[in-house]
Amino acid sequence: MDNAKVLEQLKGEFGDAIIDDVDFRGDLTVIVSLEKLHDIMLYLHDDKALHYDLLSDVVGIDKMPREPRFEVAYVLHSMDDFRRLLVKVMVPIDVEVPTVTDIWNSANWPEREVYDLMGITFSGHPDMRRLLMWDDFDGHPLRKDFPLKGKDFDEKWDPSTIQVL
Amino acid sequence: MAEGKILTINMGPHHPATHGVLRLVLELDGETIVKVTPHIGHLHRGIEKIAENMNYQQVIPLTDRFDYTAATLCNEGYCTAVEKLLGIEVPKRAQYIRVIMGELARIMGHHLWIGSHALDIGAMTVVFYTFRDREMIMNMTEEVSGYRLTPSYLRIGGIAQDITPQFIKDLRAFIKWFPTALEGYNTLLTDNIIWRKRTMGIGKISAEDAINYGLTGPSLRGSGIAYDIRKTMPYGCYEDFDFKVPVGDNGDVYDRYLVRMEEFTQSLNIIEQALENLPEGPVNVDNPLISNPDLGAVQEDISALIRRFKIQCQGPEVPEGEIYHSVEGSKGELGFYLVGDGSENPYRMKVRSPCFILVSALEKMMLGHMLADAISVIGSIDIVLGEIDR
Repeated sequence: MDNAKVLEQLKGEFGDAIIDDVDFRGDLTVIVSLEKLHDIMLYLHDDKALHYDLLSDVVGIDKMPREPRFEVAYVLHSMDDFRRLLVKVMVPIDVEVPTVTDIWNSANWPEREVYDLMGITFSGHPDMRRLLMWDDFDGHPLRKDFPLKGKDFDEKWDPSTIQVL
Repeated sequence: MAEGKILTINMGPHHPATHGVLRLVLELDGETIVKVTPHIGHLHRGIEKIAENMNYQQVIPLTDRFDYTAATLCNEGYCTAVEKLLGIEVPKRAQYIRVIMGELARIMGHHLWIGSHALDIGAMTVVFYTFRDREMIMNMTEEVSGYRLTPSYLRIGGIAQDITPQFIKDLRAFIKWFPTALEGYNTLLTDNIIWRKRTMGIGKISAEDAINYGLTGPSLRGSGIAYDIRKTMPYGCYEDFDFKVPVGDNGDVYDRYLVRMEEFTQSLNIIEQALENLPEGPVNVDNPLISNPDLGAVQEDISALIRRFKIQCQGPEVPEGEIYHSVEGSKGELGFYLVGDGSENPYRMKVRSPCFILVSALEKMMLGHMLADAISVIGSIDIVLGEIDR
């Protein structure tokens, strides 16, 4: 099944929910609407012909001055004939993205990583905690407005500020 | 202990069998595991953030620090991803040398895996034999690149320098010797009754679950799915070689062990073919905006000197676009999601690390087993924390 057929089938099923498509260097990227994301992902997984059963990665991208600010990209593979599809949604700041962990268990940690480093929350995720940074870390390091040199943890410590829990 | 009482223990981050700084919080009912919570991030260096502030050429040494047991494969993943974004093709000779170095790195990664996996379970002898042979590959890597563990040998558009006659001599000696060494590992483990009892039926995962949990590489192939990116989505020149993709049936620790043992043979087979058919020609793409001029030209030609200076300081300019590219790392699918914005720095680089996903599936494989079997399962998925935490 080639990229053109996949796109045709998707457009036939979802129409306007497929906002845009890009065919770059042999890989098809479809940009879908945030409202329909979960339905489209479920369809991509369950449909007999498409059957994208391996979710390789979830990627958060910050395009800062632009609105909507964030993008979330999903990398899908099919184990039937080893196709690849990239699905992307545009996410404004402080808007939640529906989780796909109920479809692919492999989305669990990548979504947590996106939340941790990019600050995009996934609604319905079973365990939305920080993953790589520690729990009381302030900020999301991969955002473009987060400085490369983070907070100075070596700066002089003032014992009067300590709070006893 | 009173019946039904759950004991919570902390395994790692300094436990020798967790292969680095993985911390597992295990909840035990007697000696049976009822819940596993992995905690990662102890080795988080923020490589993705650092890469955004460097040029494309400077990122290559950072990629060595992902999977440092098979660093050349990470270089290959990154360089081929940038080349895909640039839309260039690397000369045949460079591709063949990449394959040779990549497969040597895979063998090196598997050496470390089988050595430490057996050591964790209690077979101490194997590690001495594998490190003896790993040393041979390290010496060969040093001969061509100057480094042993983190060679940074690949460049965007080619490789750092051509291989030497001494390297070819050493490689021929290695190809001749390695089947004997492999027989030695097999004699020590494959039919060893203690090894079989510790690994058979442990950490079972069905093909369907393995796909759903995102397992790739030898761990997925152990469950019977022949997903090897070298075969299914060939990159570089892997189409030129004739090799088999070994798969298992049961998806347990023993099957994953057998798959990896067979991969030793297949990697050696690929190296042999690549060395036999090594084409002549340049090792870097002929494009002044992308590749370094060779050092000889730099000594004589002022324009080559300027060009080298520009490439070293600025790196290539990469067009606007987004790609995902993956290669078959020694642990599974190593993917790079690259966003270029037309400048000399990557706008965003996301690494799809195979071990990261494998650790998230640990609970699925460990539940219901004994505490001692947790060690077998961790060993069988072959994790490297440098790649998980990035």
